[in-house]
Amino acid sequence: MTDFSANQYEDEASFGDYFSLLKPRVMSLVVFTAMVGLIVAPVSVNPFVAFTAILFIAIGGGASGALNMWWDADIDTVMKRTKTRPIPAGKIPAIEARNLGVALSGISVVMLALATNIVAGAFLAFTIFFYAVVYTMWLKRWTPQNIVIGGASGAFPPMIGWAAATGGIAMESVLMFAVIFMWTPPHFWALCLFMKSDYDEAGVPMLTATHGRRVTRNHIFAYTLLLAPFAIGLGFTSIGGPIYLAVAVVMNALFIKGAWTIWKRKEDTSLDDEYKVERSFFKLSLAYLFLHFGALMVEALLPFGLGGW
Amino acid sequence: MSLVREHEMHKRRKSRNIGLGGVLILFVTLVFGLTIAKVSPLMNEVTAQNETSQ
Repeated sequence: MTDFSANQYEDEASFGDYFSLLKPRVMSLVVFTAMVGLIVAPVSVNPFVAFTAILFIAIGGGASGALNMWWDADIDTVMKRTKTRPIPAGKIPAIEARNLGVALSGISVVMLALATNIVAGAFLAFTIFFYAVVYTMWLKRWTPQNIVIGGASGAFPPMIGWAAATGGIAMESVLMFAVIFMWTPPHFWALCLFMKSDYDEAGVPMLTATHGRRVTRNHIFAYTLLLAPFAIGLGFTSIGGPIYLAVAVVMNALFIKGAWTIWKRKEDTSLDDEYKVERSFFKLSLAYLFLHFGALMVEALLPFGLGGW
Repeated sequence: MSLVREHEMHKRRKSRNIGLGGVLILFVTLVFGLTIAKVSPLMNEVTAQNETSQ
């Protein structure tokens, strides 16, 4: 084989390219929240089974990421942020991403059901369906509320973790879902306000483009207000406790204050300081979720009955 | 024209082969570990039952 003939293989994918189809950064959030859901559940699980359950929940999340990249390959080619992904870069054919997504979906659902129970497996299957079909194929290109309803798929992992331990659904797991579900819109729309994105060219209706930045600011404030009762309410359930409640009260006060500032701001002011407030609100939103779920874990793991009520 | 022994392509293929091998070994280990974790409590139960019936 000569150098010349080898050139046709220049763009062959490495293992890392296949791994990046699974959206590892999204997987890290799935792993963290699913782990908290499993740990705070009132049923103890064999540590190895728990590890396997979290791993397969993560693989299920990754599978839906691969299906998303297959379906959105045309959009990813247009947008600057996504055109280096393996499919638009020409390293992996779209059809391979689809096959990998379908195969990993099947494996993760069956393995989770076998390792834990049918409810958890069914929940994971529904989550993959929701992200790949309801969000990616249907909502994303149709409505500017795509992120609100689609955000549900990112909110399911703690419920799956809870179901893996208990085999069912409870008020606590529904509230954990509600916290992530209500948190997603302000988190994502704050990013939309300061990120120069090319969603328009890709034909994806984002709220900032379809209804304007003023409406987006209104939405951020409204969702932040609606989020607080769910986040604080979780503190009064069996998985809450004084530490969680203190964290929830402080973080929600800061979050509402940040959203209020965003709501009051004029676009010119934001442009002048390069969206300083919006950027810090986005960072705060990351800390918000991490601290809420971290506090739940602390309540569950504190020894000598110190955690919880 | 000289032959290039190690092309970038070979590195990528190697990474895929090693990666896939690792994934398969991990999967086998997981299934084995799960079997042990699932069967052990049942075995203990059976042993306890046998001891009581004797």
